[in-house]
Amino acid sequence: MTTATGHAVCTDPAILNQWYAVAAIPEISVAQVHRTRLLDSSVAYSVTADGECLAWRTAPNDATVTVDASSQLDWLPTRTAFGYLWMSVGEPPPDVFEVQESAEPDRRTLNAATIGIAVSAPRAIENFLDMAHFPYVHPHMLGEEPHTEVADYTTELRNGELWAVDCRFYQPKAAVSSTEGVMAEYLYRVPSPYCAMLYKSSPGDAERMDVIGIFVHPISEEFVRANLFLCLLDDVSSDTTIRRFQQTIFSQDKPILENQYPKRLPLDPRAETPIRADKMAIAYRRWLTDLGVTYGVIPA
Amino acid sequence: MTEAWHPVAASSDLPLRHTFHGQLLGRELAIWRADGGFVNVWENRCLHRGVRLSIGLNDGRELQCQYHGWRYASRTAGCTYIPAHPADAPARTICNRSFLAFERYGLVWTGESPAGELPTVEVLEAADPFGLRNLPVNASAELVIEMLHGHGFQPNAKLDNFGAEIAVQSYGEHCRVLSAMAGGSTTTVVFFVQPVDASRSVIRPVMVGVPEPLVQTDVLRHHNAKLTELRDRIESEAARLPALQPLSAAIEQVPIHLSEVPIGAIGRRKAPLRVQVARKWQTATDIVAIEFESIDGQLPTFQPGAHIDVHLPNGLVRQYSLTNGPGELTHYRVGVKLEAESRGGSASLHETVREGDVVAISEPRNNFPLRRDSLRTVLIAGGIGVTPLLAMAQALHHNDLRYELHYFARADDHVAFRTILDELGDSTQAHLGLSPGGTAAELERILDQPGHAEHVYVCGPGPMLEATRRIAADRGWPDEAVHFEYFQNATEIDDTTSFEINLARSALTLRVGSGETILEVLHQHGVSLGSSCEQGACGTCSVAVLDGEPLHQDVYLSEAERELGDQMMVCVSRTNGKSLTLDI
Repeated sequence: MTTATGHAVCTDPAILNQWYAVAAIPEISVAQVHRTRLLDSSVAYSVTADGECLAWRTAPNDATVTVDASSQLDWLPTRTAFGYLWMSVGEPPPDVFEVQESAEPDRRTLNAATIGIAVSAPRAIENFLDMAHFPYVHPHMLGEEPHTEVADYTTELRNGELWAVDCRFYQPKAAVSSTEGVMAEYLYRVPSPYCAMLYKSSPGDAERMDVIGIFVHPISEEFVRANLFLCLLDDVSSDTTIRRFQQTIFSQDKPILENQYPKRLPLDPRAETPIRADKMAIAYRRWLTDLGVTYGVIPA
Repeated sequence: MTEAWHPVAASSDLPLRHTFHGQLLGRELAIWRADGGFVNVWENRCLHRGVRLSIGLNDGRELQCQYHGWRYASRTAGCTYIPAHPADAPARTICNRSFLAFERYGLVWTGESPAGELPTVEVLEAADPFGLRNLPVNASAELVIEMLHGHGFQPNAKLDNFGAEIAVQSYGEHCRVLSAMAGGSTTTVVFFVQPVDASRSVIRPVMVGVPEPLVQTDVLRHHNAKLTELRDRIESEAARLPALQPLSAAIEQVPIHLSEVPIGAIGRRKAPLRVQVARKWQTATDIVAIEFESIDGQLPTFQPGAHIDVHLPNGLVRQYSLTNGPGELTHYRVGVKLEAESRGGSASLHETVREGDVVAISEPRNNFPLRRDSLRTVLIAGGIGVTPLLAMAQALHHNDLRYELHYFARADDHVAFRTILDELGDSTQAHLGLSPGGTAAELERILDQPGHAEHVYVCGPGPMLEATRRIAADRGWPDEAVHFEYFQNATEIDDTTSFEINLARSALTLRVGSGETILEVLHQHGVSLGSSCEQGACGTCSVAVLDGEPLHQDVYLSEAERELGDQMMVCVSRTNGKSLTLDI
């Protein structure tokens, strides 16, 4: 499929029929038209003065400045969840996946960063699911040599979602509020192909876990905007401190991701060499293969 | 073009510990010089997750990928270390793609699959080359070559004039030699053109002969200006031509055995040390000596009698005794006998492992400790069993303790580590070419008179060990004065029984069927337990027995320890009863 301007757009149903977070609602200026692209389609969105979220398809060079819900536009479905505006250019499920923790009153939820990365969405997700790079890409923050070993963990499918459980990794500073090294425990969850969550032992509460999500907004096959969602048990640090920590982490991943070649994720098992620590990456690649994903990947 | 040699970098692009990003025919290259001078030209892609190696760290010997810290050796591009699994020796076949590389005329040359020798250019053989500015151009190499035919410059002696006569000579597809002549002076420049991609090239000009120091700057300025003009002309011409599709360089598939996640290494021995094979030499018939040197920092202390686990490139783990003398900690030295029926351990060390290789080893462990409070120590070695006894003999020698080393070997050329033996001097005695009967007779003589506070240490083949222990017992040596180390278990293992194991700490009950070992069943159920030789010789998989009667089939435990029945080697030992309760 191509648009009127001859630009190829996504036709992959596994990717098309999903919700994508395109902006953090508190960061959207009210009653203005914001333009972006989603899966190579030109789209716009707006939040009305009443707080209603609107999204519609546009021509690539559309310059509409204002919009009201009664106008004749090619409307797109929207949802709001976890502080983000979600939209879809396909036929998405009724609701965005659940993150139960986001409803807990004593948690802080915020968008830590929205950052453009010249890489495919699945490469960004795979990086998010990886622990072995912590000592090298995030030294003194998420990992530290010589604590480089990735202990064995388990991957499984739960209700159509991909999970990695029993993950442990040494962290010199697991979060803003940490002061010393810990064996941090993680759970990883991939509820939809381009969204991933991690649940991690909270320095603030021994019994519960902090929740961090990456909601990737695929602009095109090889360019994304990644939204970093936080849902933390931390009543000490300021928003700015928390954001700085996460933005530092992100800024360390970005040059690595942008130096991955090819940019699209190869699904052929013989394209790259996995080790045991890559179990989750392998499970993710297989899961994408099983879902029939062709967008943002190099199919096997 | 893939069969041709092309320049891809200037030698000066490779300063100490730098990694240069190059490109040839659409393929990106990571180019780096090791401290020894060797130039590596590799595919610019870590085969683990595709990250460019040109952003990697050149440590002088290895290139480390920035993403996960994987290390790749200079020359081979083979992976030497995967930090996520520090106990595993990386498979030797994990290897990035590398290309042949040579330096000539101040340039680094390579090719996808170059045929034949790197060609020479006669004019450059006759005089010293002087590299001019390397000039990237947004145009195909063909267009650059074509337009070099209109390029002009002045001879070095006539830089201020203009209108020099230019003669052009072709040297193959991607090289033109231009000579500028004016007022009786001639200067020749060889222009190599590197095809970077379909519509990108680098002109790499090399002047024949180094200009006088006083005019060098002027010469460089002159050519700089002329080359800039040339580039402008080429690029405006290229803009008129139809755009070319970029070349796509095919990425090779990884071998099939590397495409799957390897099976878990639960319970495998830890190999915290990375060492390099510093020296390997033949020390006797079928025996190589290998010296391992530390890569980073000091090797840990060892005791005489200690051994290390060596994790071999083929995935096997083998134990080798250290032959080092006291305080000798710049390296570990082992001796490896090529076993006729090698399961791949000794063959790998004999045939595959080379000097410079990085190997994972364990810290030294000592199952064969040497008492130094003996009035006399008798060391009895059979064949390769001499290795731990050499360490002991050197320690005793150095401490002026009374000892004798009896070395039984098949023939003179089977005697290993002569240098060490020579240093030990008169306390060593070789017994060559004896039959089993002759050996027994000699042992009778050696062990004739047990004395107070005297100890015997014996290491060698099973039958000789058995003979020594028997003779010593017959001659009245107390059990605790005879120390021995098996290097293999010759016992025929009975694995026909089936029984249950109760794991007290894990609250698990597992069934061990006939044909399975306890160790295998533990690993199948994710219970982590260290093991090493897996034939009941090394003692690594010793487990405390809380209930049940073990059927010992190992050679590690002494008679007294077996009778106590409170521990067992789960790699070979079982039970004839219905169940065992183990402290795991």
